[in-house]
Amino acid sequence: MERVAIIGIGQTKYEREKKGETVSDLVFEAATKALDDAKIGIEDIDNVVTVSNDFWDGRTISSMAVTDACGSYGKNVSTVEDDGTFGAFYGLMRVLSGSFRSTLVVAHCKGSEGSNHLITNAIFNPIYERAIGLDSISSSALQARRYMEKYGITEEQCALVSVKNHKNAKDNPFSQIATDISVEDVMNSKMLSDPIKLLDSSPISDGACAIILAEERMTKKVTTRPVWVKGIGHSTDAYNLGDRDLAEPDALTRAAKKAYEMAGIQDPFREIDVAEIYDAFSYQELLWSEGLGFCERGMGGRLIESGKTTKKGMLPINPSGGVLSAHPVLVAGLARIAEISIQLRGEGSGRQVDGAKIGLAHGINGACGQAHCVWILEN
Amino acid sequence: MFRKNYPLLTISSEIELPYNYSLGKYGGRLVTELKQNGRIVGIKCPKCDHVYVPPRRVCGRCFIEMDEFVEVSNRGILQSFTVVYFSFLDPETGKKRPVPYGYGRIKLDGADSEFLHFLEESDFKKLKIGVTVEAVYNENRVGSFKDIKYFKKVEDGDPS
Ligand SMILES: [Zn+2]
Repeated sequence: MERVAIIGIGQTKYEREKKGETVSDLVFEAATKALDDAKIGIEDIDNVVTVSNDFWDGRTISSMAVTDACGSYGKNVSTVEDDGTFGAFYGLMRVLSGSFRSTLVVAHCKGSEGSNHLITNAIFNPIYERAIGLDSISSSALQARRYMEKYGITEEQCALVSVKNHKNAKDNPFSQIATDISVEDVMNSKMLSDPIKLLDSSPISDGACAIILAEERMTKKVTTRPVWVKGIGHSTDAYNLGDRDLAEPDALTRAAKKAYEMAGIQDPFREIDVAEIYDAFSYQELLWSEGLGFCERGMGGRLIESGKTTKKGMLPINPSGGVLSAHPVLVAGLARIAEISIQLRGEGSGRQVDGAKIGLAHGINGACGQAHCVWILEN
Repeated sequence: MFRKNYPLLTISSEIELPYNYSLGKYGGRLVTELKQNGRIVGIKCPKCDHVYVPPRRVCGRCFIEMDEFVEVSNRGILQSFTVVYFSFLDPETGKKRPVPYGYGRIKLDGADSEFLHFLEESDFKKLKIGVTVEAVYNENRVGSFKDIKYFKKVEDGDPS
């Protein structure tokens, strides 16, 4: 593969309700921050990929509403209605095609403007699951139960993820929920859909994130701190929840295998220095850690208990605070890539993982992690 | 495969999706000015001088942030119009708008972009591109784009 790098990143702060900004305002903020970060102008951007979803935006062809704000006026703009990791993947392909030297990828979402329950209910088959009211929380609870029962994962082990990530978020200026909580706090928080409690869940968030991908020649010309794409993989599982064993993240394992092979990684737990993974619910950090091969299947609970995934551990997971600490839907995967880029550039200040050279960013799409996208990045 | 004929069925269902759209700082200023002062504000690009109505943050052509709000006229020139013969459900009130109704694209004096709104519907025959139209406000204004009831053709001799 030709060498492609991330040369610029920009994020808004993630907040519960950004009443002062429209989605276009958020896109402009993220895009201009990414350009400033790369020290280039909009004229250096050859094409733009936006990431949005019509249901979340409450607007059809939602991508077209942000063309001015993302700087795509007069350029080629295309949209991915998926997690931001998939949008970035498309942006990468556009650079690899040779037709574009650089791609700006920008994702936005205002979770505060719509109804999480109604929008995520609409994920499902209108004749079966949707008609009985299933949504992101209740479907994930079915996955959590299945996973926990099969492997003896406890609610306390899941709670440890929430404790770790909300604490990590205290050092991340972009995060939304940064706080010291205890396992008891999580266990005593409001039950939403058994076994998922309020503090096992990510919040509703508003925000935008942008990255700029560039070919090697341009990268070398404009920046001294590139973050190189070393490997990438994605894979999809069955749409119907009933066609999957929700305790087995096979699609993620396939995606990770591709990314590791491309990056030449044999032992991910030892070779990767920092990982940002899509913990929409606390159990997911454990389940996805297994899918990524950080531990054996069923050992996610033991992994969090070992302390090896804390900021000072062997493989820090979600030093940013993860998705549990801010969950702008679609944006969240791109924010994982942005955070890993910050880490590999050594710019994480209070949350910096010492000596991070190789990082992993992960995004999911669809109910209960139907699709996964894995990025291996290197400084 | 299907030896017996089963009925072909559909299931009717409605998706109700409520939203709370932010007007943001720019839209908020527009509707507050409409409500309090019966005034339409636009915003001017610092680079190309284009005046946009409604105001927004970015000049797309220049990819630059705008911050100079300017008052534009309640009067302007009709650039295009149509008369619609099918009704629509007003998403804010849930009520059907009676037909026919008119839409016009209006270049307000002092603006460069065109503003879209309803046209007064008593006599559509009077409308043509190039006529001067003027905003007519509702008596009770609530801070909405629809505080302007419609635009109405200015007759010769109407005070400006
Ligand atoms: Zn301009």
